[in-house]
Amino acid sequence: MTDVTDSPVPMPAKRRVAQLGMLAFAVGIVMFAYANVGLAVDGQVPAGMLTYGLGLGGLMLVAYLVLARFAPWADPLILPLVTLINGLGLVMIYRLSVAKSDLPSATLASPTSQLMWTFFGIALFTVTLVFLRDHRALQRLTYTAGAAGLLLLVSPLIPFLGQEINGARIWIGIPGLGQLQPAEFAKLALVVFFAGYLVAKRDVLALAGRRLLFIDLPRARDLGPILITWGISLGVLVLQKDLGSSLLMFGTFIAMLYIATQRTSWVLIGILLFVGGAILAGMVFNHVQERFEVYLNPEDPELFFKVGGSGQLMEGLFALGNGGILGTGLGQGHPELIPLAFSDFIFPATGEELGLTGLMALLMVYALLVERGLRTSLAARDPFSKLLAGGLSFLLAWQLFIIVGGVTNLIPLTGLVTPFMSQGGSALLANWILIALLVRTSDAARQPPPQAIQNEGMTQVFQR
Amino acid sequence: MNSPIKRIAVACLAMFALLMVNVNYLQAVRAEELSSDAKDRRNFFERYAVQRGRITAGGKVILAQSKETNDPNFKFVREYPEGKLYAHVTGFFSPESADAIEASKNKLLDGSSTDLLLRRSIDLFTGEPTRGANVDLTIDPRAQEAAHEALGKSGKRGALVALNPKTGAILAMVSLPTYEPAELSGTDKGKVFTRYDQLAKDKGQPLLNRTIRQTYAPGSTFKVVTAAAFLEDDDSRGPTTTVEAPQRLPLPGTTISLPNYGGAACGAGQVPLVFALEKSCNTPFGDIGIKLGYDKMREQTEKFGMGLDLEVPMTVEKSDFGKEEDKAALAMSAIGQRSVRMTPLQMAMIAAGIANDGTVMKPYLVNKITDSKGDSIEEAEPDELTEAVSPETAAKLREMMVSVVNNGTANLAQIPGVQVGGKTGTAETSDGKPPHAWFISFAPANDPKIAVAVIVESGAARVGAEATGGGTAAPIAKQVMEAVLR
Repeated sequence: MTDVTDSPVPMPAKRRVAQLGMLAFAVGIVMFAYANVGLAVDGQVPAGMLTYGLGLGGLMLVAYLVLARFAPWADPLILPLVTLINGLGLVMIYRLSVAKSDLPSATLASPTSQLMWTFFGIALFTVTLVFLRDHRALQRLTYTAGAAGLLLLVSPLIPFLGQEINGARIWIGIPGLGQLQPAEFAKLALVVFFAGYLVAKRDVLALAGRRLLFIDLPRARDLGPILITWGISLGVLVLQKDLGSSLLMFGTFIAMLYIATQRTSWVLIGILLFVGGAILAGMVFNHVQERFEVYLNPEDPELFFKVGGSGQLMEGLFALGNGGILGTGLGQGHPELIPLAFSDFIFPATGEELGLTGLMALLMVYALLVERGLRTSLAARDPFSKLLAGGLSFLLAWQLFIIVGGVTNLIPLTGLVTPFMSQGGSALLANWILIALLVRTSDAARQPPPQAIQNEGMTQVFQR
Repeated sequence: MNSPIKRIAVACLAMFALLMVNVNYLQAVRAEELSSDAKDRRNFFERYAVQRGRITAGGKVILAQSKETNDPNFKFVREYPEGKLYAHVTGFFSPESADAIEASKNKLLDGSSTDLLLRRSIDLFTGEPTRGANVDLTIDPRAQEAAHEALGKSGKRGALVALNPKTGAILAMVSLPTYEPAELSGTDKGKVFTRYDQLAKDKGQPLLNRTIRQTYAPGSTFKVVTAAAFLEDDDSRGPTTTVEAPQRLPLPGTTISLPNYGGAACGAGQVPLVFALEKSCNTPFGDIGIKLGYDKMREQTEKFGMGLDLEVPMTVEKSDFGKEEDKAALAMSAIGQRSVRMTPLQMAMIAAGIANDGTVMKPYLVNKITDSKGDSIEEAEPDELTEAVSPETAAKLREMMVSVVNNGTANLAQIPGVQVGGKTGTAETSDGKPPHAWFISFAPANDPKIAVAVIVESGAARVGAEATGGGTAAPIAKQVMEAVLR
């Protein structure tokens, strides 16, 4: 007699103990780094060390318990990886705030508010897990999510509500609460919308059309969705001067379209539309053109000293150069010299003090997180879950590529936050929700399928 | 849907791979280039993060030192207690550059040199902060002060170098006008750069170290070199050898002729060599130059070290005899005009070589370098540069140069009780300004301790009975020699 549940594919294990161990390890690394900063800057372990350590450790323990209770089958790696990144971001912001300097990167870095937002982020993570018991419920909200995403996206343009900071109109002011970047939440809503919409339309988008050379071309009327997304992306670019979000949204849509239809032609059309849009934007907008000049000649002294020129990019590269292979050590460099070191440029700031070694490890952690997300997408059983997990994972990777590639001059620089590291509440909240959605999807995907109820009694097996 | 997801996963990995390759390129391949960029303010802070070593003269007088501050970005600032007096020797230490010893010995002064590896390793274990090495110079403060004062009194631009003929140690190095090194060494970039611009545009070129970075026509001081070539050419020649001394020397191939200074006669048309040098007659030396020919003349200048690469440790501008032209040009070159160009240091080396039995010692400015605990890192060892003339020729030249001081144009350089040898010079300038006054000398003649070269720009009076280098420049050299010999 054999066990009927025995299957050729090994079933995923819960690995809850391993997860707790890794979580403790992540918190440990963060605390070690935190002590390191204090010892280097003041010669003593920071006074708030115990509070911070217990705070972060406690928060993670709560997150872990909620996860163990409400999503026991979820991928065990996701939470520890995010904890490590979020913690290192906190350490870097703390490190900038203790720099003996009156430069904005030191004075504007606020580790307490970042810790507070981390707390709210984890709270939202647990709330999402507790109340969203089945992520497929989101599929029913496809068009609601789409409308909400669009509304969030355009909200900064609403008079009195919207605010322009650093040349980009991507903020809304909430009286008594401060500013919020609605685009961060919009991207989540839009991924949900894309997933739901593409599940519904994928057959039409995938099958209809004719073949030209090696490419299956879609019908002209099926170009609607991609053109609309393209139009909205351009609108974001034009009206809000937000290159990063525009690129992020369009790229994610193309990737999800590809996952849904498996047709390369969509990717090619997307790239063509993007290049067209970029050229158009370059011709019409000075700031797009300037970004491109900076990208090509960052070391040009004239551009370096120009306001809005290559100064901040080069400051980041100088930081990386000074960090070298092993880095200066936490608290021993001058990351405060990089403008926006606590937000867009936190990656080069980290690179100065942790060196190439640290950045490689950090990129590896991000890569692992993305690949765990994509594994979830592979393991998911229904198209909506696949698209949702795939879209969210790609969003994370794509966002990281845009901002890290930008600050390291691999691609032209467009402003985006570095997920979980940059200072800023909106991004932290939205990204913790993103992780909750991934965890929820992963829990569903890894759960063993329900056993068939066998009414006819045990199957008889005869041995010959 | 799984196959496109797998492809998206590969695309994501490719993006991460690109980011990783790029970070490697920046932090491993380009790290050195990026971190040494002058626009990087870290380099600016780092300059002030370490306690740089002291620069001293003669082991006691402090020329430059670093003082601790309360500013977190600039922990140590540079001080120059002696101010302008040693500006061209110490140089300055500005936010983005440095000059003279501050630049040449920078890596030792800031402690980053590999020579200090042992010290740094020890400091690392004992927990002491890195400190730069101390640099002691060969400058004799008495000579430097006397030179600065005497040259300064002339009110003219000029330069003076004093050497120890036996070792090549530089005892004094003064170039006027000068500047205040502290003004170029502050941490306020704007202020420093504005001041630097002012100094750089100043007509007097206060930033220029005239002793090693500027060349001049040597004028009659060069007759010593011509005399050296003449004596070396034939051992039987000596101070009493008769030379042709016409009132005007016809220049072959031209219609013009070379007169003596002020058109005067030089004896009775044929004079002893020593008389020609005492009176600084032009025609005998022009004639000697033509008769010896270009190659022998050039060879003699090279034997005195002209045209060699020199670092004291600052790089020295090369002195040059000029290209081969016709005989008329050669006659002019033989009396130190035309295309002969000399740094004051090179002139001092000629005087020193003659004083030191014909051997020119390699000039140097750094006496000793010690680490922060006083252990020696590097100590100067005198080194022969060239054999300019034989000891016999050197003795003959010394005898004649002593005679120039005792009986000739350089009587103002006489020091009671000390035999001084010297030669005056008046170098015509092309731009119609008064000629430059030159003087080279050494003392005491029997046991030389100091050799001096001094130039006072446009310092020679236009008209005068005395050959003018003797009037202006000789007393300056005398005061410096006295300061050392006293």
